[in-house]
Amino acid sequence: MQQAEFLNTVLPLKDKVFRLAKRLLVSVDEAEDATQELFFKLWKNKNKLSKYKSLEAFAMTMTKNYCLDQLKAKRSNNLKLVHSNYKDSNVSLEHDLEIKDSVSKVHELIDSLPEKQKLIIQLRDIENFEFEEIGKILDIKPSAVRVGLSRARKTIRQQLLKQHNYGIK
Amino acid sequence: MELSNIEKLIEKYENAETSLQEEKLLKKYFQQNKVPVHLLEYKAMFSYFDESRAERFTKTIPLKTKKPHWKWASVAAAVLLLVSVYTFNSNSKKMAITNAERIEAEKAYKETQEAFQLISQNLNKGESVAIAGLQKFQNTHNKVFKTNE
Repeated sequence: MQQAEFLNTVLPLKDKVFRLAKRLLVSVDEAEDATQELFFKLWKNKNKLSKYKSLEAFAMTMTKNYCLDQLKAKRSNNLKLVHSNYKDSNVSLEHDLEIKDSVSKVHELIDSLPEKQKLIIQLRDIENFEFEEIGKILDIKPSAVRVGLSRARKTIRQQLLKQHNYGIK
Repeated sequence: MELSNIEKLIEKYENAETSLQEEKLLKKYFQQNKVPVHLLEYKAMFSYFDESRAERFTKTIPLKTKKPHWKWASVAAAVLLLVSVYTFNSNSKKMAITNAERIEAEKAYKETQEAFQLISQNLNKGESVAIAGLQKFQNTHNKVFKTNE
């Protein structure tokens, strides 16, 4: 793969890589480091990239594996991830406060999901991948992707509902 | 889109049975402001998804690999080669000159030495003659002045 081709096909994936890394690593700094590291790896192996059918899926798989490794290393080091970037979501002013709260609440709810469901939600609802692609990236069957996704969506919705009702009652 | 359709889609969505196209419809629906109260949670979810999707990686990605500068190394090597070849050449040329001229130089050296030898012999000869003459002069001088004294 030539440099120009790399710039046109691989580099545009940087946002997706970053978002997935951030979903898993939580901290923006760590996600940025991971993205740079991953693109350095991709760049070094640019000659081998053309053999992958879907570069996008390949990049996602790489990101997932890299971040999970990072997390594993962190956990074995007994280090807790410190994250200070629960920034308030930039919802437009038309939305009322309650919605605004709920939107940032969604972030927390996704964060507290099991790892696999977290990944599925990220890949499906944010990055809009097909079930087959997600299955390939996560190395599970498409049916398992559906099950996990359904569970994740229901959990988020129910938790939000609970919060709303709590506010009302 | 009609509310009943949306509700149907939402049910499919919860069971993860919607296609990407259908999810796009939902996304569009929840982007509008007026949403019935019982669907507010979904609005929050879809707003969050939109927001997250808009997030960008803003740092630069250093793509220049940190390998050594072969270009400069090659320039340095070329210069080194040039210099060494030049000095070697000029050295060997110098050697050739000495080799060729050595015999001649030796000959010249010998001839010069002979010439010096000749001069010094003749000078020596002249010196002894002169000294002998001087001696004679001294003797006669002594003789003359002794008698006078």
